Amino acid sequence: MKSFNYKKHNDYSWSMIIDLDRCNGCGACVIGCQAENNVATVGEDEVGKKRNMHWLRIERYIEGEYPHVKVRFLPMMCQHCAQAPCESVCPVYATYHNPEGLNVQVYNRCIGTRFCGNNCPYSVRYFNWFDSSFPEPVNNQLNPDVSVRERGVMEKCSLCMQRIRRGKDTAKDEGREVQDGDIQPACAQTCPTGAITFGNINDHESKVYKMAHSGRAISLFEEKGTHPAVKYLKGGTNDVIG
Amino acid sequence: MSLDDNVKRSADAGVAGGHHGDVMALPEIESFRDPETKAAKAHYDDADIYRDEKGFNEHTLRPMFFTTKSYFIFTLALGLVMAQGLGFFVYQTFVGLGMAGIHEPVYWGAYIATFVFWVGMSHSGTIVSSILRLTQANWRRPILRAAEAMTAFSLMVAGLFPLIHVGRLWRAYYMVPLPSQRMLWPNFKSPLMWDFCAINIYLTGSMTFLYIGLLPDLAVARDKAIAMGNWRRHYLKVLALGWRGSHREWSVYNKCSLFLAVIILLIAPSVHTIVSWDFAMTMTPGWHTTIFGPYFVVGAIYSGIAAVITLMITLRILFNLDDVIRKFHIDALGKLLLVIAIIWTYFYFCEFITNWYSHKPEEWEVMAWQGHRFPYHLMVMLGGSCLTIFCLSWRRFRSCMPCMFALTLLVNCGMYIERYLIVVPILSRRDNPFMWTDYTPTITEVGIIVASFAYFIFLYAIFIKLFPIVTMADVKEGVIVSGDVRLGRHAVRVQVKE
Repeated sequence: MKSFNYKKHNDYSWSMIIDLDRCNGCGACVIGCQAENNVATVGEDEVGKKRNMHWLRIERYIEGEYPHVKVRFLPMMCQHCAQAPCESVCPVYATYHNPEGLNVQVYNRCIGTRFCGNNCPYSVRYFNWFDSSFPEPVNNQLNPDVSVRERGVMEKCSLCMQRIRRGKDTAKDEGREVQDGDIQPACAQTCPTGAITFGNINDHESKVYKMAHSGRAISLFEEKGTHPAVKYLKGGTNDVIG
Repeated sequence: MSLDDNVKRSADAGVAGGHHGDVMALPEIESFRDPETKAAKAHYDDADIYRDEKGFNEHTLRPMFFTTKSYFIFTLALGLVMAQGLGFFVYQTFVGLGMAGIHEPVYWGAYIATFVFWVGMSHSGTIVSSILRLTQANWRRPILRAAEAMTAFSLMVAGLFPLIHVGRLWRAYYMVPLPSQRMLWPNFKSPLMWDFCAINIYLTGSMTFLYIGLLPDLAVARDKAIAMGNWRRHYLKVLALGWRGSHREWSVYNKCSLFLAVIILLIAPSVHTIVSWDFAMTMTPGWHTTIFGPYFVVGAIYSGIAAVITLMITLRILFNLDDVIRKFHIDALGKLLLVIAIIWTYFYFCEFITNWYSHKPEEWEVMAWQGHRFPYHLMVMLGGSCLTIFCLSWRRFRSCMPCMFALTLLVNCGMYIERYLIVVPILSRRDNPFMWTDYTPTITEVGIIVASFAYFIFLYAIFIKLFPIVTMADVKEGVIVSGDVRLGRHAVRVQVKE
């Protein structure tokens, strides 16, 4: 049986905790992610057809009838499942599990069967329907650490793989383990209320470990048995609107 | 025993049976064309057209060597339809798959539904022909070739759809397990990989089956082409593999076709089971069900047999083969269709009843969404089950050619919609309610799918002009192996095995 949190075999097992009580749905993380990861902007028409590419999206749920309305926000990105349904169905190994518990997408292997997207219960895999365009001034803000994807491949949240690499390199140069705060994905960095925390869940002193064991932590669609690395701290007691 | 002997004996049988007023003369040709006359039934096996072998060859090879002007116009029209589909496909490949109507989370749309439909169609020919071969159903003989060719061509069409559907067509060869510099082996855990293998195996198998069955007829066609000085002699000489019809050749041929029939019978159900596993092996509610394997196989055989009937009636009319493909054959195929229709109906309702009874919220949502497509379901229920079962229960309906033609077309329309309903609405209502959407195919998809139908008909039309469409050898064998057994005053037609 696969060890779900990769505790025994590896130093690192990356995890992300999202505090739903702190999220106010501002959407800054979406923009931060888009800027960091060269996510394509597809335009109004395509968004209308549900072809937006946001690796991280804010799901908005409205409860109750007017005037007693409650709005809930749920930042949703790739959950990096330990038992990922997308991995087993890819015929060319374009998506696989890396030793640090991340679900990784290899763009160069992908042939675009979109089977992974069909098997993802969270619907967080995005397909490049067209070649992405970055017209004149926008091309200057492209992140050189991240490849621009070709049309016809799947892509999804990588938990800012390039930042994880850099954080590990720096720690190695300084002769130490990665500590809390060394690595911050773009969304966590951008979040004004600090709802998103990233860290190494193998380190029992880390914030994410403590939060994941706080009793408030839940996994989405737990009954699916996917064992996600992204966990949510359940909220709902504070009313954002109304 | 020669063919002439047989004919003589059958003529005697007719006398002994006391079916005819005129004891000496054979019945008129016209009377055989109507299955309702007793004479035709008694002589259905070795009737007038088989009396002289040459005449029979001449008659059945006529569609191959004689081409009318309207044939060229028809194929040209098909070519135009194919050209527009090709145009859409090339445009989609260069611009991006966004040209199709699919979007998140409906990642599979009409392309995959059409793929399943064509793979289903392919189950008609080879599986029907191998079942009938193995059970030694004597009425199978004239229809074998046409059915087997259908398998090969619908698989060729089906095989195109995964290629049309993938995002990076130019990298699709990554699926092929080639030990290469890429150092990448395909993921054999993926149902798509099984599918890829299954389709290839089935295509190879059914092509071999078709070709082996063709051999003796190719030789006849070759001899005729050489005698005529027809251009077809060039490829027929090569393809007929120097068949002379020696005793040894026949014995090897018979063993080989029996062996292939058994192998194909094993492969065919596994192929469509694997196609169903593309859906059933996922964790998507509505797809993840154990019933899909047998459900798809039965559905495939169902739409396949319906298509065989449609095709037989078309051939019968277009090529004036109504003395070879008789009303009797359509009637027998109709009975087979009736049985399959009943089994399929069971599965169709089973799927809903289990969902309805367990009432799991995520599956129930899919069901409720299916409810919004009630007109489609009505079409499936009418075309696929209720109307078909009702109509096919009547013997008079089964031997009415226009009725059968219309009904079998309706069955396949119903089955196409059924495949669409399996693929699309279920993806529209996935686990995550935030992503619920609807899907409509675009003009690109419609164009390519219409072209695929034209492509299938085109392949078939070309095949008819290049190869003998009637299984001449099998029909003649049927005449040879059948004989009459006298039981008192009556002669009974039986198959005599050597």
